[in-house]
Amino acid sequence: MTTPLLEVKNLRVQFPTRRGLLTAVDDISLTIAPGEVLGVVGESGAGKSLTGAAIIGLLEPPGRIASGEILLNGRRIDNLPPDEFRKIRGREIGAIFQDPLTSLNPLYTVGRQITETILTHLDVTPAQAKQRAIDLLNEVGIPAADKRIDHYPHQFSGGMRQRVVISLALAAQPKLIIADEPTTALDVSIQAQIITLLKKLCREHGTSVMLVTHDMGVIAETADRVAVMYAGRIAEIGPVAEVIHNPQHPYTVGLMGAIPNLGEEVERLTQIDGSMPRLNAIPTGCAFNPRCTRKGEVGVRCTTERPNLLNAGNTQAACWLYSDTGTTNTTNTPQSVAA
Amino acid sequence: MLAFIIQRLLQSILVMLTVGFIAFSLFNFVGDPVSLMLPPEATQADRDEVRKSLGLDQPFYVQFGTFLGNAVQGNFGISLRLGRPVSQLLVERLPATLELAMTAAVFGLLIGIPMGVYTALKRDKWTSKVLLTGSLVGVSLPNFLIGIFLILIFAVWLGWLPSFGRGETTAIGFWTTGFLTTEGLKAIILPAITLGFYPITLIMRLVRAEMLEVLRTDYIKFARARGLTNNAVHFGHALKNTLVPVITITGLQLGAIIAFAIITETVFQWPGMGLLFIQAVQFADIPVMAAYLCLIGFIFVVVNLVVDLLYFAVDPRLRVERSGSGGH
Repeated sequence: MTTPLLEVKNLRVQFPTRRGLLTAVDDISLTIAPGEVLGVVGESGAGKSLTGAAIIGLLEPPGRIASGEILLNGRRIDNLPPDEFRKIRGREIGAIFQDPLTSLNPLYTVGRQITETILTHLDVTPAQAKQRAIDLLNEVGIPAADKRIDHYPHQFSGGMRQRVVISLALAAQPKLIIADEPTTALDVSIQAQIITLLKKLCREHGTSVMLVTHDMGVIAETADRVAVMYAGRIAEIGPVAEVIHNPQHPYTVGLMGAIPNLGEEVERLTQIDGSMPRLNAIPTGCAFNPRCTRKGEVGVRCTTERPNLLNAGNTQAACWLYSDTGTTNTTNTPQSVAA
Repeated sequence: MLAFIIQRLLQSILVMLTVGFIAFSLFNFVGDPVSLMLPPEATQADRDEVRKSLGLDQPFYVQFGTFLGNAVQGNFGISLRLGRPVSQLLVERLPATLELAMTAAVFGLLIGIPMGVYTALKRDKWTSKVLLTGSLVGVSLPNFLIGIFLILIFAVWLGWLPSFGRGETTAIGFWTTGFLTTEGLKAIILPAITLGFYPITLIMRLVRAEMLEVLRTDYIKFARARGLTNNAVHFGHALKNTLVPVITITGLQLGAIIAFAIITETVFQWPGMGLLFIQAVQFADIPVMAAYLCLIGFIFVVVNLVVDLLYFAVDPRLRVERSGSGGH
């Protein structure tokens, strides 16, 4: 097994508030191998975006990493001084945010914003940076890139702007891209284009991607592995086909069951009863237990003891149902399935 | 863009016509100028003759037309108090007021913007809190009081700076400047601080509020995610996005500074237009008051026009999307 590009160990993100400490990301561990696309899905507030923000060191205060480690190529990065971390952002970890309409500074041409990023990280002349910016725009499929480079963001459509954002994320050839809901703000027809483009570029450049989304379709199409998050923890993690077609955790089962099938005529869409607990009211034991349909099969353990990730079928699930089928993975570290 | 400028110019002309009309009405409101000019014992025949020679027997609109025609040529008549052409008086005083106002505006920008940026970036530091509290004082204290305090401290107690006047000036053509002599430079410090105090605090608070707003935006977050240096993020990306409102307020303030230099000029006996105006009011010197009104109106109009044009320079979105609407 190759060394993972990114390794997150027991990450915990907390927000001190007046009413006490809220734990938004609770003891998460995951790895991303070079060239791998890891999808992270979950409901709003499950902690997926915060995990991404923690990895690029852009948690907004008062949010902070309370414990855990983040390693990039085996080097610990979460405790770097701010200016050292800044050099990693863009250069080694790129980012794409949800809304391309607001990700670009309206007062500067896209060319200026791209060359600025290149000049910050790479040792090139301004002329070389400009040429590279044009090449990048060409690569992300912007026609007449040599002219468009002098245009302002408002002169581009939403889809085109997200292409510019992708070119910005790739500007300094990072090894990993954190894409936080990259298609949510786009039209459905544009979404597919952007996802295809992102996938193609990352394959060509050998870039790994952590794709944060709540769109199962995007995950199914793009990811190699997928992590399902629930209330700040990973509920299940495994190869994408397994998680989608053969989910193990009752939450994932419910999630997959809730995806409507185009061929069926149904009166009501399937749903998981109840809603995700709020951060200040996470139940003891398994956070999913109040909504779980299979709680009775295990007994009191579900409401008293929190399950770590356990081997379950071909994936790993944090559920006591699997406590006798596999060995307990005490560190909550999933094994990379990419090997 | 051109259509916009033309539209703005037409609006400006309308504004100037209105100001001119108000200035013109001053002559009629304050009483019969003929009785002011002639001794009480003058006969009715004398009065009629003077009235005729001044054109005051003409209908109202003819008089207004004559007034405008003269005003456009810079002819506002003769000062009742000083017996000299008003335009000449104003031209003599204009440099003093403009130098004072510009210095105050430069203080406002050079001190106000950095302080605004600082208090936004280091919002939790005690220095920011002190500056912010201090700025409340600046916003609320009337500026004659600040002027008197400054005179007390720096002129009376410490004796570092002069308490009145403009110091030694140098004439360059019709323009007299105090910037070329040490005395002149020393003399402008206190009045400029007094006049600039309000703009400094206003600009500081405005820049701070705008910066805090901009720092929350996605493009700033994205700029950080691209690994740009803090300086590039704060000054390259954030500060520029705060400039449109800052330009608006600075423009309005510049007009206000020039117009309200009256008080500061009075406190410091600064030989500018404001002082001239105050003396004119005390003497009911209508031609001077009318001319002052027109000049200040003109300065406001020009400043606003420049502000509108600066928007285009700063914000590329306006250059394309701009249609007929008024702007702000």
